[in-house]
Amino acid sequence: MSARDVVITGLGLVSSLGEGAERHWQALSAPGAAPVLDAERFDPYTIHPLPEIDWGLQIAKRGDQRQMETWQRLGTYAAGVALDDAGAKDEALLATMDMVVAAGGGERDVNVDQAILDAARTRNDRDLLLNEKLTTELRPTLFLAQLSNLLAGNISIVHKVTGSSRTFMGEEGAGISAIETAAARIRSGQSSHVLVGGAFQTEHPDMLLGYELGGFLHRKRWKPVWQRAANDGGGVISGSGAAFLVLESREHAEARGHKPYAAIKAVASGRARRDEGNLPEAVSGLLRVLGAPDEPLMAISGASGAHSATGAERAALASAGDYAVRGFSTLTGHLKEAQFPFAIALAALAIRHGAHYPAFDAENETAAEGAPRSVVATTIGYRRFEGAALVVAA
Amino acid sequence: MARTTDHLGRPVVAVTGVGVVTSLGQGITDNWAALTAGRSGIHPITRFPTEHLNTTISGTVDFLESSDKGASALTYELAEISALEAVSASGLGVGDFAGPLFLASPPVELDWHERLALYDAANLDLPIYERLLAAAREQLRQETFEASQFGAIADRLADRFGTRGLPITLSTACASGATAIQLGVEAIQRGEADRALSIGADGSATAEALIRFSLLSALSTQNERPEKASKPFSKDRDGFVLAEGSAALVLESLESALARGANVLGIVRGCGEKADDFHRTRSKPDGSPAIAAVKAALADAGMREDEIEYVNAHGTSTPENDKMEHLSLSTVFGERMKTIPISSNKSMIGHTLSAAGAVEAVFSILTMAEGVIPPTINYDNPDPAIELDVVPGVKRDAQVSTVLSNSFGFGGQNTCLVMAREPV
Repeated sequence: MSARDVVITGLGLVSSLGEGAERHWQALSAPGAAPVLDAERFDPYTIHPLPEIDWGLQIAKRGDQRQMETWQRLGTYAAGVALDDAGAKDEALLATMDMVVAAGGGERDVNVDQAILDAARTRNDRDLLLNEKLTTELRPTLFLAQLSNLLAGNISIVHKVTGSSRTFMGEEGAGISAIETAAARIRSGQSSHVLVGGAFQTEHPDMLLGYELGGFLHRKRWKPVWQRAANDGGGVISGSGAAFLVLESREHAEARGHKPYAAIKAVASGRARRDEGNLPEAVSGLLRVLGAPDEPLMAISGASGAHSATGAERAALASAGDYAVRGFSTLTGHLKEAQFPFAIALAALAIRHGAHYPAFDAENETAAEGAPRSVVATTIGYRRFEGAALVVAA
Repeated sequence: MARTTDHLGRPVVAVTGVGVVTSLGQGITDNWAALTAGRSGIHPITRFPTEHLNTTISGTVDFLESSDKGASALTYELAEISALEAVSASGLGVGDFAGPLFLASPPVELDWHERLALYDAANLDLPIYERLLAAAREQLRQETFEASQFGAIADRLADRFGTRGLPITLSTACASGATAIQLGVEAIQRGEADRALSIGADGSATAEALIRFSLLSALSTQNERPEKASKPFSKDRDGFVLAEGSAALVLESLESALARGANVLGIVRGCGEKADDFHRTRSKPDGSPAIAAVKAALADAGMREDEIEYVNAHGTSTPENDKMEHLSLSTVFGERMKTIPISSNKSMIGHTLSAAGAVEAVFSILTMAEGVIPPTINYDNPDPAIELDVVPGVKRDAQVSTVLSNSFGFGGQNTCLVMAREPV
């Protein structure tokens, strides 16, 4: 134990399963949890949609809500939930709180884009058409409402987190680096308390396009993440969701008398040269670096379903130790930038509740008994970048 | 013998290589010559038609192979060129850098030309949302996919330069370049690395980007004489000029730099930041977040206000920024602010957005190394409410041993760097 151990003191979770840490624990700790799906709206793709959210609970001003597209609103909402959960909505605490946000962005105006695409079919002067349409039809504030670093900006405005504000980009890797950087800052004394997390809103054609341009989406009926066959598409079923965490030094949390969920003992990240076929070894290497105890462990896996990455992770987990794997994308869908923060949050919840999750896919995940003291969380990017963490009892 | 740890016992961080590309040219030599000659890189836009646009000028980089190949390709090439210059100059191995990479780059969405090409292949019998998706899955286009992934540019750069670990791509809007440097400095201070490669690169001056800023009334519309449009701290300033560019810095612990006999160009003494919670594009009227960022950088550097000898301004030439920057600086530095030289590189190169903080940090290092302060050009009509020594029009020879470089951005981003010529 050290004063600078990184403890998790607040969780803000949203997924198709609902909102809040407790809601997620209830849904996921009940055997045979069923996914919430929408297979119609973006047919042939299935998605896990957002639950109904009363935005006003965390974003009081309607004017603020209007300044954000759904993704920013979702992240700002989840950040507020995490701050409440940590008991951190205190002016002085927020003014010195650092922030690292893993962001995507680009929630474009579908109607404007479609009008341009349609008009372009009969025009040769397409660049001119762009000028015509974009200058007249874009809502001036839309740029900000879809801009990557404005999720953090809105968190500052709505929740008054103003110590510092950094936005990382780059799909799952952004979430991995955000957690890793936040934890490293706390461990080295650069930060005492940090808000860290991300959000992903998949219910937008461009967000699906971000996967499907690479052929990554599963196109047939829903299946658990370990069961998606190559002839059913690329294996990824995406979901809307968010995960924000309040991380603090042990000393800082103790001084304000707030009991942590768990501690982040170690974070490892990497950039495997996947074209050379070394991803399974790279994942095994990350797990080794964590220094997990040599005993049966639960691994909260952020596997996306993407065939190559998911296969490599599965092989690595099977050979690297005795892991009861829980692929949560089965039930939430792939949350992209929020995937790693979400995995860590689920690990922390299991430690807090002193119980393992039942298998999310009984055919492919083994049972585990007892109260976990250490849980591994993984996120292997569908295309690039890998991360893992060891979450332990605080 | 220089101390290799600072006032807080952290490793001192040196700059041992720099590289830059702007509309003024490619490389340190050309850029510095143009910048100190007071030459402008702002020109009429030729990359795309400008009919219907209120702003028809920019500081785009038009002389590279990727200049007409879309934001993603150009941003990569800009980053690669400046990093190549910086790493080569540092004497470290170009393909084997072996330290972490921090890339400030713009969040680039699928390019319109690629979007339109996809739609040309679309089946119009499908529901609207499905048309692009179906076209995408029926014919995979690896390059288009990669251009849609925010992590792809840094991944390629990591391959190119042999950097270590998972590269971080970041955006803090117009402060991004400074944040990339700050992240590198902090990684070295934590002892995670002896060296880091920090790059700011922005090749995203597309028609849509220009229109977006234009709709926010952020851009100058003084199109008639492009080279005169960016006029920081002038009374008739009317917005910034959109521009492209990149800069790279090899950051290295002083201990490591000295041990291998590297040429130490300067020291990053301190970094400071503070987020603003006032508004998405406007600063808090009292300037307190920018003030706090400057003070945090000074405190981090272990320096007093009176030790800053030159300010490399954010100086965008928007009515709001220049007013607020003056307010915050005069609050921190008091009466002395009237006589501290301060200049805005943006008067010549425009606003290179995600790259700006890095570009201006490189120019700050050169200012100290060369003993020359680049001017603020187009200061023909001073704003009487802003009393500053902006080094108007003509470069100034001056021994500068410390610089404060400011970067402020949409979304309440405020990041300041304090750099010094010599270690303490």
